[in-house]
Amino acid sequence: MPLVKGGKITDDSFAKLAVDTPLPESGDLLVPAERFLGEADALLKRSGKVGVIWPNNRDISELVPYLGKIVAVALVFPTFRDGRAYSQARLLRERYDYRAELRATGQVLRDQFVFMLRAGFDAFEVKKQADAEAFMQTAKRYSVFYQPTGDGRITALHRRMQLRHSEGVGT
Amino acid sequence: MYAYDEIDRTLVNERVSEFRDQVKRRLSGELTEDEFKILRLQNGVYLQLHAYMFRVAIPYGTLATNQLRALAHVARKYDRGYGHFTTRQNIQFNWIKLAELPDALEDLAKVGIHAMQTSGNNMRNVTSDQWAGVAPGEIEDPRIWSELIRQHTTLHPEFSFLPRKFKIAITASDHDRAAIRIHDIGLRLIKNEKGETGFEVLVGGGLGRTPFIAKTIKHFVHGRDILSYIEAILRVYNQYGRRDNIYKARIKILVHELGIEKFSREVEEEWQHIRNSSLQIDDEVIEDIRSRFTYPLYEKLPHMPDELRQAAADPDFEAWRKNSVAPHKVQGYSIVTISLKPTGGPPGDATAEQMDALADLADKYSFGEIRVGHEQNLTLPHVAKRDLPALWKALDKLGLATPNVNLISDIIACPGLDYCSLANARSIPIAQELTRRFANHELANLIGRLHINISGCINACGHHHVGHIGILGVEKNGEEVYQITIGGRADENAALGTLIGPGVKFDEVADVVEDIVEAYLALRERPEELFMDTVKRLGVEPFKERVYATR
Ligand code: HEM
Ligand code: SF4
Repeated sequence: MPLVKGGKITDDSFAKLAVDTPLPESGDLLVPAERFLGEADALLKRSGKVGVIWPNNRDISELVPYLGKIVAVALVFPTFRDGRAYSQARLLRERYDYRAELRATGQVLRDQFVFMLRAGFDAFEVKKQADAEAFMQTAKRYSVFYQPTGDGRITALHRRMQLRHSEGVGT
Repeated sequence: MYAYDEIDRTLVNERVSEFRDQVKRRLSGELTEDEFKILRLQNGVYLQLHAYMFRVAIPYGTLATNQLRALAHVARKYDRGYGHFTTRQNIQFNWIKLAELPDALEDLAKVGIHAMQTSGNNMRNVTSDQWAGVAPGEIEDPRIWSELIRQHTTLHPEFSFLPRKFKIAITASDHDRAAIRIHDIGLRLIKNEKGETGFEVLVGGGLGRTPFIAKTIKHFVHGRDILSYIEAILRVYNQYGRRDNIYKARIKILVHELGIEKFSREVEEEWQHIRNSSLQIDDEVIEDIRSRFTYPLYEKLPHMPDELRQAAADPDFEAWRKNSVAPHKVQGYSIVTISLKPTGGPPGDATAEQMDALADLADKYSFGEIRVGHEQNLTLPHVAKRDLPALWKALDKLGLATPNVNLISDIIACPGLDYCSLANARSIPIAQELTRRFANHELANLIGRLHINISGCINACGHHHVGHIGILGVEKNGEEVYQITIGGRADENAALGTLIGPGVKFDEVADVVEDIVEAYLALRERPEELFMDTVKRLGVEPFKERVYATR
């Protein structure tokens, strides 16, 4: 599954750790939530970097004590119809001020990129190669946004106010 | 009227181009039907019994005449020459080709109309009172707030894949014409003791398989906080709403399962985190939206012009005026309801010719504005009283002056088996038969206000639960059977109807309705006692006896 990061298809440095395999000595790992919470100390003492795979039905606030120590959170879209991870993403970014990698995993299709970017995702495990290749083009599809989110884009409401004020200058 | 600016138009165009690409990928096989389904639903496209059905949004029910003409154009060019106005301030076209949809959307985009989120598990078209801005005594024009919420909920990055669809309705009048109590969120515009504008917020209403009347979750939310409060409700729903069972996924079930107290505590907690965020709306923003609604330059006109006085001698005109014309907040003007319920016709249909002609009439007599109401009728919101007789004559020529608004033949009905792939029974033919039975205007007038609602299956698109008389088609041993309820209503005193007994056959429905009506006429204490009042006073028993005594 291609990984898109920083707008480009890139290699994934992380290996996904299963629930029951022994802990490898080194290497970057994405660890399922359950296992991460159980072995956090051991995991964080290793030499490799650690990220967490967080299911979409588990309260994201449980992860808050560890946010400063992990380098990636992978949220899950079991199907593209299930939008719970969008709320988790916004909470991580906007409420808990999480700044490291936020990855979308599962059934990630190009038609969700704009929503995901706006919710704060910056890495995408894309299901189809063609979608991954279309990332930049799709991400630029919209230039108007109605809602304020943590991505900081100016909303239509505020763009209008700006236009109005600039028109008002000198008249 | 609200005018889209360049920013709104850009978004609509971007959406059309996205959908064009999605249709292309579907037609080339790059997208599976399963993947495409949600994308097309988010653009108002259903796969129906005979063809694709296309549902176009009419936000808060307001249309300009060029927009109505564009709908007529779509009916003519891409469909079979007519459209169907629905209970949700939408219009549906039943025979569109998938490959032509992007073109139809592009044609509509030119006049600021779109089909975004008219379907799918997202926030649907925001609905409101079709008399907004002209109803006497309203707090203020609810469309200003409807538009604010429309913008906020359009392509919302967090709430476009909710557990189920989500509907918001707003009213600003004591008399609720927006049916807010049967919506996921109902908003009632009010003023607090300090004279500040805000909302009573109701949550968890809805019909379908498990009907609920919405409950008040908060008595007053200040206007500046309304977006953050709605966002808090949706965030709780997005996280905790059930996704394991499509029948239990609506917010009404979550509210019911948690209880309104626990649900409101969750919302309150979420709200405290976000209420002072960038979601807070300053007065300037509201003023900006307000400034893009333009209102007619009303003339100073007499309360009772000569034209009206003279026309009163014509009993046909008077019959129409009595139920189609309502008081306007400006002296000398009226609000005119146009019945889309002709005798023997399918409720809510309008032909392309009728739409075009109505646009001309609205230009001539209603400052270029038309409204769509949830009763599947249209409204001309600003008609000078002196023009009423001329307007009536013109409407009559178009077959649009049936004098039955709010009477027994002003029936709300879903498409049922004739169009809908989910249907268990026919709805339209029942509605047609009932309009024939009650075509006699004197009798209909004698009966007075009485709403019949018909749905062809449990999904309740025809709002049968809240019909004064509700008719629900079900299937039993391969046969269409109809369950009859009485006592439902969708207004400020919203209530669900009560089943009067076993279902009856297709051929019997009209007879049963006649029996109920006869029972009412015999039972009412005085002619002013409306059907609903009699039902309230006596319960269902006497009606049940009358209907089943001979069956
Ligand atoms: C023709 C194809 C249609 C299909 C396939 C369809 C499908 C559905 C479904 C599945 C539901 C149930 C949702 C639920 O509450 O769980 C529903 C509800 C509803 N539909 Fe339709 N519908 C159609 C046409 C219409 C039309 C023509 C109208 C208006 C006349 C309409 C208005 C509504 C309304 C108001 C509800 C709301 C019930 C509620 O509040 O829960 N639908 N529809
Ligand atoms: S109530 Fe049932 S039959 Fe009628 S339109 Fe809705 S889904 Fe179809």
